[in-house]
Amino acid sequence: MDFLRPTTWEEALAAKADRPEAVPIQGGTDVMVELNFDVRRPAALLDLGQVAELRAWGMVGGFCRVGAGVPYTTIIEELGGPLPGLAQASRTVGSPQIRNRGSVGGNLGAASPAGDSHPPLLAADAVVEVESRDRGVRMVPATAFYLGVKRSALEPDELIRAVHVRPATGPQYFSKVGTRNAMVIAVCSFAIALHPGERRVGTGLGSAAPTPRRAYEAEELLARELDWQAPLDPALLRRFGELCAAAAAPIDDVRGTAAYRVHAIGVMARRTLTWAWNDHLGRRAA
Amino acid sequence: MRVNGAAESLDVEPWVSLLDALRDRLGVTGPKKGCDQGACGACTVLADGVRINACLALAVQYDGKEITTIEGLATGDDLHPLQAAFIRHDGLQCGYCTPGQICSAVAMLAEHRAGMPSAVTERSGELDEAEIRERMSGNLCRCGAYNGIVDAIKDVAGQEAR
Repeated sequence: MDFLRPTTWEEALAAKADRPEAVPIQGGTDVMVELNFDVRRPAALLDLGQVAELRAWGMVGGFCRVGAGVPYTTIIEELGGPLPGLAQASRTVGSPQIRNRGSVGGNLGAASPAGDSHPPLLAADAVVEVESRDRGVRMVPATAFYLGVKRSALEPDELIRAVHVRPATGPQYFSKVGTRNAMVIAVCSFAIALHPGERRVGTGLGSAAPTPRRAYEAEELLARELDWQAPLDPALLRRFGELCAAAAAPIDDVRGTAAYRVHAIGVMARRTLTWAWNDHLGRRAA
Repeated sequence: MRVNGAAESLDVEPWVSLLDALRDRLGVTGPKKGCDQGACGACTVLADGVRINACLALAVQYDGKEITTIEGLATGDDLHPLQAAFIRHDGLQCGYCTPGQICSAVAMLAEHRAGMPSAVTERSGELDEAEIRERMSGNLCRCGAYNGIVDAIKDVAGQEAR
């Protein structure tokens, strides 16, 4: 096994272009499990830990641009204001030890349908910045990034550089179901983001289909019928939960049954919308 | 890299984890191999003061870094306050998870001091039992000595507050 250790982004892109089979590794919290258990024996590892810019975030063109290697700990500490949904999900990733090393870039690269950062990224209309040496930068909306179980739109010669998310203009919430509160893979998860300026609500479902996905029909229902000045109509809330559950296409596996996941998505959809709506009305009153 | 204050130089294959490098190459056996997949926390060490799972870290990524294990916490015969508190409060039974628990607790108290929120933090920021349990959720104890572990950490946190 070769170990490639670029120190700049340009070197990293060149290494990936020359060795497209190289597996990128940042914090190692995902790749290392496969190495330790000999699930995968890559011909080469591409260590991105020396590329300092990947661990920085900043505001670019009205978006919060989060480097692919920014650890969850940093998101929790520094981005709870602009990216509350992602920060909330970050607080629940793995364990404190994992959060010190793991990153959103790694979550995207692995493209597991159970990754905790995907639902809030979908709900907030995130865009993934990927780049290759030979074809330059591509900006891929999160909705087009996930293609299948652990498959993404990333080409073999590309690396994930950052994720761009517009700072929140309304309340955002994340919820997940697991057998305990740490170090378990989500049975299923749900994220919501209110966009009051556009009179729109974004959603994200995790671990409930081959890919993380949005509940479009549920979003359209709220765009059509939600009264942004009034308390939530219980009938509308119920239909929202039903449409979110209907957007799920889960499987039975060791973590839970498909029927349970569908049910839980509906419950989490109602809960998170209620929490967000209470905040929304509270803010208007304040 | 530096391990518990001593400079160590070693050649390892790129796939060797930090945990295996510490245990098998350097004979530093405090960090334990429990699950080898980041779920149990028995291998927790401090890398430049930050708690990590040594089983999920590649040794080569820690070139030049300062690694602290349970062996590096005491000063001579003087135990680290958390080591002493774990003994005082029976924060262990078999002891296998203890090196990881204590390293984790050292970093956890530092994180809390630095104002780092957790999944259960609302407003107060006080290090109550719920906070301690959440912040220590990356370390499993199969003997179930959690009550003693929480008491030990609460004790040390209280001493710091006084």
